[in-house]
Amino acid sequence: MSNYMKLEIAAKSENEGFARSAVAAFALGLNPSISELSDIKTAVSEAVTNCVVHAYASERHGERKILIECQTEKKQTEGGFLHITITDYGCGIEDVDKAVLPFFTTLSADERSGMGFTIMQTFMSDFSLKSEKGKGTIVKMTKEIGVEKEEVRERADA
Amino acid sequence: MRVESKFLNRILYIRPSGEIDEHNATSARKEVDTLAEQYVTLAQQVVFDLGEISFMDSTGIGFLIGRYKKFHRYGVPMYIANPSQATDKILTVSGVYTLIPKI
Ligand SMILES: Nc1ncnc2c1ncn2[C@@H]1O[C@H](COP(=O)(O)OP(=O)(O)OP(=O)(O)O)[C@@H](O)[C@H]1O
Ligand SMILES: [Mg+2]
Repeated sequence: MSNYMKLEIAAKSENEGFARSAVAAFALGLNPSISELSDIKTAVSEAVTNCVVHAYASERHGERKILIECQTEKKQTEGGFLHITITDYGCGIEDVDKAVLPFFTTLSADERSGMGFTIMQTFMSDFSLKSEKGKGTIVKMTKEIGVEKEEVRERADA
Repeated sequence: MRVESKFLNRILYIRPSGEIDEHNATSARKEVDTLAEQYVTLAQQVVFDLGEISFMDSTGIGFLIGRYKKFHRYGVPMYIANPSQATDKILTVSGVYTLIPKI
């Protein structure tokens, strides 16, 4: 049995907390551990923050929207997968291979560390990035739920 | 973002609480930098107590490294204390502890 949700938000920093909490709440259906849930929150926060600070940085963009879609996929046994797609219609990325490198940032003057994509990659089970200059960016991430050993699992809803 | 602080035995303790993300970072920066200006010439070291941080993303990394650079300019070393499991993971992945050791 799978589940689906779609969330469209204005690309404003005040929506970052809402977006990560909404995805985390949706993920509860897969019965994640506390650390799995916190990984998901962090990765979503990275992708959404990038839309706010990079995608729509220039004034040209009229409609500044972020689309967040989530799909769950349950395994026969315990656990499953959470698939997350985060789309913006902003400036796009010139060189995606360079952008994902640790410490690469185009905003070092703003105290950015260039770790956003590295964090998404290490905290999630699967990650892909697609971008077109002037059109926008799509980040796809999957988190496998229930892979931790049972004895170390601490239920997020306990 | 609430920031508590105390100055004891020439150590400046800074304890921010809540979530450090892009939305909260600006006010956190302002609060902490006001403290920094006040104590930077008096302090021998600075300890960032992260025990009350409930969420942090890469904006928090930039925030901590930014503060580290400020104190470093005055030769004041900075340390991190009490990170939660989630905070510890993100600090480890991004290599922050090589600049700002955990105590
Ligand atoms: N949605 C996006 N639209 C346009 N450019 C982006 C987008 N996401 C990322 N980028 C580009 O990719 C670079 C790397 O992103 P990444 O999240 O890894 O680091 P950062 O955002 O610069 O810093 P940090 O995430 O550590 O605060 C950014 O500096 C920016 O140039
Ligand atoms: Mg980023």
